[in-house]
Amino acid sequence: MPLLRNNAFVTDEWTHLDDDTAPGEVTRMTVSFARLQKEWDGLARFPGLLGVRLASPTRTTELSPYLSQLALIVVAFPAFNDGRSYSLARQLRLDGFQGELRASGNILPDQVQFMHQVGIDSLEVSERFSLEDWQRASRQISLAYQRGLFRKAGEREVWSERHQGFSAWEEQPHAG
Amino acid sequence: MYRYDEFDHQFVRERTAQFRDQAARRLKGELTEDEFRPLRLMNGLYLQLHAYMLRVAIPYGTLSSRQMRQLGLIADKWDRGYGHFTTRQNIQYNWFKLEDTADILQALADVEMHAIQTSGNCIRNVTTDHWAGAAADELLDPRPVGELIRQWSSLHPEFSFLPRKFKIAVTGAPNDRAAVKVHDIGLRLHRNAAGVPGWEVMVGGGQGRTPMIAVTVREHLPEKELIAYLEAIMRVYNLYGRRDNKYKARVKILVHEIGAEKFRSEVEAEYARHPAQTTEVEERELARIAKYFADPAFERLSRFVPVFEAEKRSNAEFARWVKNNTAAHKREGYAIVNISLKAAGEIPGDCTSEQMRVMADLAESHSFAELRVSHAQNIVLPHVRLGDLFAIWQKLTEHGLAAANYGLAGDIIACPGLDYCALATARSIPVAQAISRKFADLDRQQDIGNIKINISGCINACGHHHVGHIGILGLDKKGEEYYQITLGGSSSEHASIGTILGPGFAGHEVPDAIDTILNTYVRLRAPREEFLATYRRIGAQPFKEALYATA
Amino acid sequence: MSATEKGQVMTANRLRDGEVVFLTRSGVWSEKIDEAVLALEPQAAAALEARAAEDVKGNLVTGQYLFDAERVGGNIRATHIRERIRTLGPTVRFDLGKQAEGTAGTFAAVEG
Repeated sequence: MPLLRNNAFVTDEWTHLDDDTAPGEVTRMTVSFARLQKEWDGLARFPGLLGVRLASPTRTTELSPYLSQLALIVVAFPAFNDGRSYSLARQLRLDGFQGELRASGNILPDQVQFMHQVGIDSLEVSERFSLEDWQRASRQISLAYQRGLFRKAGEREVWSERHQGFSAWEEQPHAG
Repeated sequence: MYRYDEFDHQFVRERTAQFRDQAARRLKGELTEDEFRPLRLMNGLYLQLHAYMLRVAIPYGTLSSRQMRQLGLIADKWDRGYGHFTTRQNIQYNWFKLEDTADILQALADVEMHAIQTSGNCIRNVTTDHWAGAAADELLDPRPVGELIRQWSSLHPEFSFLPRKFKIAVTGAPNDRAAVKVHDIGLRLHRNAAGVPGWEVMVGGGQGRTPMIAVTVREHLPEKELIAYLEAIMRVYNLYGRRDNKYKARVKILVHEIGAEKFRSEVEAEYARHPAQTTEVEERELARIAKYFADPAFERLSRFVPVFEAEKRSNAEFARWVKNNTAAHKREGYAIVNISLKAAGEIPGDCTSEQMRVMADLAESHSFAELRVSHAQNIVLPHVRLGDLFAIWQKLTEHGLAAANYGLAGDIIACPGLDYCALATARSIPVAQAISRKFADLDRQQDIGNIKINISGCINACGHHHVGHIGILGLDKKGEEYYQITLGGSSSEHASIGTILGPGFAGHEVPDAIDTILNTYVRLRAPREEFLATYRRIGAQPFKEALYATA
Repeated sequence: MSATEKGQVMTANRLRDGEVVFLTRSGVWSEKIDEAVLALEPQAAAALEARAAEDVKGNLVTGQYLFDAERVGGNIRATHIRERIRTLGPTVRFDLGKQAEGTAGTFAAVEG
């Protein structure tokens, strides 16, 4: 599956281990959350970069003990209309996670901009859509009314811009 | 009322372009229907029984004359010359084509309107008191916050794929005309003991299959914390709302299943973890928006207008219309005009493009170019001088808009039902028409007094029958339409869900059943006691006996 | 005098304009219910489903399904009131829908 990051298809440098495979010589690996919790003693000493794959219902508070040592968190989008991972991603960023956040699952270009805005860096996407499709979709709306979002496409944060002392916006017409 | 600045204009422009692109990709087959459906729903476009239906947003039920005229133009140009005003203060058109929709959205954008998020599993139109900014009993106008929430919820990246739809209502008056207690989030603006304005935040109300009254999560939330707090609520719902069963996916089910206490603690935990950082920008934005809702240039008028008094004395029909269809305004010499879209025997909430233009013109001349849409599918002119009422009434009469039945038995609220809606199990409009014809006598309607009759054509309850004083629910029994009657619902601050009276009725039996119910009320009421009060006093039993007693 | 035949009709909405259409014997979609093919047997119904699925894939129509109907004297009438309304138009506006466009077929509007 192509990996989309910063509007380009890139190679995935990570190895995604299932629950039974030993790490061997890999330098970057992800494990399931269950394995992370079960084998934390060993994994905490992993010399390379460690990541975790989350199934949707995980409470991000359960991740707090591990957050500072994770370089990658993969959040799942089992169906494109299942929006839980948007909140998971946002919570992880609000909790201070600074590593890479990756989306995996059934993703349409029409969702890319939303995913970027909640702090997702990379997406495992299907080959159905071209790079142009993804690039175009990632910058379709140039504004955001919400504050505190990630604005990879340079979206303008409307409320903040309205209130940074631009005199043009201070004269407001009255009703009627 | 709110006016778009360059940001708002750009936003709807880009959203329209995005939809144009999505529709084109769908028609070319680059998106399947399953993929396109949530995207088109987020732009209010349904596929209904006869054609595509578009639900246009009328934020907090407020629109200008210019916008009303454009709604008429859209009806003429792309539909069949009429529209339908809904129980959530929006307007629906029933005969659109997918290939025209982007152009229609452009025509809306040209007058600062849109259809963004009027459907889909996202935050829908914020509704409010249709008398906001005009009502005599209002403490604070809730519409600035309605606009703030509208913007904040527009294309919110985190909350665009919720378990299910999400509806927010706001009120700023002690008499709640916004039904806040039966919304996913209800917000009541009030002052605490120290006189500080703040929000009572209620969550988990709703109708549909499992009607419920909202629980209070916060008694008094400071205004500036509102957005951050709403985010906490939405995040909890988005994460933990059920996604396994469409009929159990609303937030009311979550609140019910985990309990109000647990829900409250989840929200507070989320809010504590991610509290409002600085709120200065939100506060300034709210203040900026509030300027648009400042009072219009009211004149200094006397409460007593001799010409008006004389007109009432000399024209009984006019006097009746004034009595039934006008409401007390906060300013002396002004009134709120309620235009009933329920002429006897007509389709509730439907309005021709010509009628839209007439109302737009009247608003322009007599109501500071502003109109409102009510939850009862009627139109309001919020600020009218008493001296202008007669001329307005005459004009309304010419165009079939002067039915003097506002809030009375003829003012029936009905969803489109099986005549239009793909989800319906029975027709609702013919039932409404038959009841309306039966009660056409205005003297009788006035004697009965204030009564809310709500009809839904299926258990999704878009007619809000659960909170009707008399609710009628259309069902299907072995291929035949049949109707269940409930009594005692209310969407006020003393909200209640109606209770089923007994076995259902065939369509043609319903008007007589309503007749029996209202006759029973008249027979048993205390002096000046309104229907709901009588029902709450005597209970369902007398009505059941009257309805189901064997002859 | 022809007997009443009972069977199923395949219907959908035309994608670009939402118009209600019915599958005919020749495989094209018609706006007129009287031109629809009435599947009298399960195999015939299955064939209609297969054909409709093709046209959904081809982005011609969407929302396809079979509904019960009967042919009386050469004209087709839907059995359930919902489908009758869909083939005719709103019962409260005889000036709208197929009933007004002359494509509704022979049977008159729903009573009551």
